[in-house]
Amino acid sequence: MKIKHFVLFITFIVLISCSSSSYKVSKIEGSKIEINDKITTISSYDDYIKPYRDHINKDLDSVLAYSSETLDKSKGQWQTNIGNFMADICFEKAALLFEKRHQKKLNVCLLNHGGIRSIIPKGKITTRTAFEVMPFENSIVVIALKGEQIEEMASYFISEKKPHPISGVKIYIDSDNLIQRILIQNKPLDKSAIYYVATSDYLSNGGDNMAFFQKNEDVYDLDYKIRNILIDYFKEVDTLKVSSENRIIIN
Amino acid sequence: MKRRTFLKNTIASSALVSIAGPSLCSFDSLKSKHLTILHTNDVHSHIDPFPADHPKNPNMGGVARRSALIENIRKENPNVLLLDAGDSFQGTPYYNYFGGELEFKLMSRMGYDATTIGNHEFDNGIEGLAAQVPHANFKFISANYDFKNTIMDGFVKPYHVFHKNGIKVGVFGLGVELAGLVDKKLYKETIYNDPVEISQDMVSILKNQEKCDIVICLSHIGYQYKNEPNKICDALLAQKTKDIDLIIGGHTHTFLDKPSVFDNLNGEKVLVNQVGCYGINLGRIDFHLNNDTKTSNGKSIII
Repeated sequence: MKIKHFVLFITFIVLISCSSSSYKVSKIEGSKIEINDKITTISSYDDYIKPYRDHINKDLDSVLAYSSETLDKSKGQWQTNIGNFMADICFEKAALLFEKRHQKKLNVCLLNHGGIRSIIPKGKITTRTAFEVMPFENSIVVIALKGEQIEEMASYFISEKKPHPISGVKIYIDSDNLIQRILIQNKPLDKSAIYYVATSDYLSNGGDNMAFFQKNEDVYDLDYKIRNILIDYFKEVDTLKVSSENRIIIN
Repeated sequence: MKRRTFLKNTIASSALVSIAGPSLCSFDSLKSKHLTILHTNDVHSHIDPFPADHPKNPNMGGVARRSALIENIRKENPNVLLLDAGDSFQGTPYYNYFGGELEFKLMSRMGYDATTIGNHEFDNGIEGLAAQVPHANFKFISANYDFKNTIMDGFVKPYHVFHKNGIKVGVFGLGVELAGLVDKKLYKETIYNDPVEISQDMVSILKNQEKCDIVICLSHIGYQYKNEPNKICDALLAQKTKDIDLIIGGHTHTFLDKPSVFDNLNGEKVLVNQVGCYGINLGRIDFHLNNDTKTSNGKSIII
């Protein structure tokens, strides 16, 4: 045992003598190097990436459906064709899932104008189209709201003056933008009733200041990505069905 | 018999140590060394360059170019530490289709030494991150995420000491608060701990126990938050700690023209750098060191 201690002692001495000659920083230089097309590439990297890229491109560019018109979020004051389209198909897909899982009927779908990231061009529709329109990973949640909060939602809509995609609701306003009546699934709004509203998890968590979603009675996570809703719909149809119906109606 | 062999061995090894020790030390006398740190952050699956008609970043970035740049720098100085400050995942279909496999395989090919864990690394759930670990030939470093009760347990170290040509470089990692940023069902039982407290613990270990010559914090907590001036960030961390030489940051996609310099608790200079996002830039920090104890009080910073 004594010898063991002796060994440790020697080692300690050695460490001490070494640490006295440790290195100190004398100068630091910092720079930023831009990676641009003046830098030549290493072709072995391109070869390595190519099979992955080809697989993605083949999948992204295979034609799933056709659109007979260009859908564009910049055209329309209260509604846009792309907004109606998005809200309608999200409503349709979410309603099926919601009924199956929770045995309840969906009443409304509300998305946000800012969440539409691209046009849907006239002609061939591919998986890439879905990625361009919806690059984010947001998924659909269903929020249970009282009729009162649906009124708040309508007021938000009118004060924002943005064509947020909406389905299942008709809001009648007068020429001074005052709300006259609200129809849910073509029936007058009942202030005390519970309505089920499909929206994105981003909005339900307070995105775009949709505060009315915070005053909810319940939240149902459907775990269904909006982009996958688009892709699933594209795969089902030959030609996109787009509604030009007005959902904010000025009397 | 056994006891005798033990004694023989210990005497032999002690002799060996005492001979080897001083000779190693004398080998190091009066020398200067050069270490190059290369770093990226928030590459977000940008493997291909931006297209020529891209409105914001035409013809920028791309892994094949980055690899060429790194190889050229390695030819100039083989003492390179290549680090990523997190969020290599999510942003192009490469991630949606392959879940980060290609990102990690390419980082391994380029010889990345380590990455920290960004919030987007959880985008396919913590299982989605764990599934890609076998493709990574580099270290995962995070000191303030506790993965004990998750599938990532054992794959992430709080710090690692890299030995580069006789220089000991201690690198510890920091991650951003996950609550409110990432869905709990994705990060599950990952626990976030306070970056400042953890950093003090790390620095103490790296300086006093590991005797590191350079201490680097690989951070994904963000550079600065204008609307939340008290939220912990790299700029505050630099000022609230000591003995960190360099903070390599990410998360806020901050394009710094050059590294920022802050005074730490002891009034010493700390460098903080972040190079934007999407693999558009490569950050480079060169450390020149020497063991000349007479003249090594103080350092010059050229940025």
